[in-house]
Amino acid sequence: MTAKPGAAKGGIATVKYDEVEVGQEIPAVDYPVRRVNLVMYAGASGDFNPIHWNERHAKAVGLPDVIAHGMYTMAQGGRFITDWAGDPGAVVDYGVRFSSMVVVPDDDEGATVSISGRIEEKLDGNRVIVVLTAKSGDSRVLSKARAIVQLA
Amino acid sequence: MALNREFVGRAYEASAPYEVSRVKIAEFATAIGDQNPIYHREDAAVAAGHPDVVAPPTFPIVFSMSAAGEAFGDPDLGLDFAMVVHAEQRFEYERPIYAGDRLHCTTTITEIRSVGRNEFLTLRSDVSTGEGELVCRAYNTIVERGGAA
Repeated sequence: MTAKPGAAKGGIATVKYDEVEVGQEIPAVDYPVRRVNLVMYAGASGDFNPIHWNERHAKAVGLPDVIAHGMYTMAQGGRFITDWAGDPGAVVDYGVRFSSMVVVPDDDEGATVSISGRIEEKLDGNRVIVVLTAKSGDSRVLSKARAIVQLA
Repeated sequence: MALNREFVGRAYEASAPYEVSRVKIAEFATAIGDQNPIYHREDAAVAAGHPDVVAPPTFPIVFSMSAAGEAFGDPDLGLDFAMVVHAEQRFEYERPIYAGDRLHCTTTITEIRSVGRNEFLTLRSDVSTGEGELVCRAYNTIVERGGAA
């Protein structure tokens, strides 16, 4: 298969450019966030800020409880977009603003981040802009969350 | 304390290239709960058209901030790291990052601005191969709460 002009090198999305329309919704997926996920993310990312694992410290600096790493939430948005596109190499641009905290209580449920998407714009070179909505409870935890995805 | 605007434009180079390994990609993917085989198995990645396992889109956060640590720790900048929160993050890819890449990272302070009582500092990290091929750029904005008060 020959890559189209502007195609990301390596990896081809399974979603076809000609089959998506502006305004098309990508159904929401719920991602659980428990304390153990934050501990694992701290280790894998190297971000050991205690507000992400130590309740005593989080409360001492004025937070309601332990909060998720913003980058953990952003990574869930990355999962959402790469699972939709079908190939992680199809994501050529991905940016977010962290608009509110994901508070993660120390219980069996933890928190949930619910992510959905919408095709915002079709670009040249078989690329699309996907805008993500990420909510935890009633709060929007990401704003200006968008990805440019190289489709087939 | 207001941040020192003289730091805008300063660039910091990581002391050594970052070697991307299959093990680290798999660890990072597991930590974000992503079992996509393209992150975990070379054969799955190759079958999908990649030369090796691919790093998830947010993976560069693992290494792209290390050079900036030098700036953040410089007392002349005036940053109180205890008050820092992540405000914005963006990754712009020329190509995916693969296991086996040796990546050089240079981080530049591109902007410092006040919004209300807060100080915003933006960094751009240019990630390239030893041959000078640009692989990705990471843009990171942090906010120091109360810094401009």
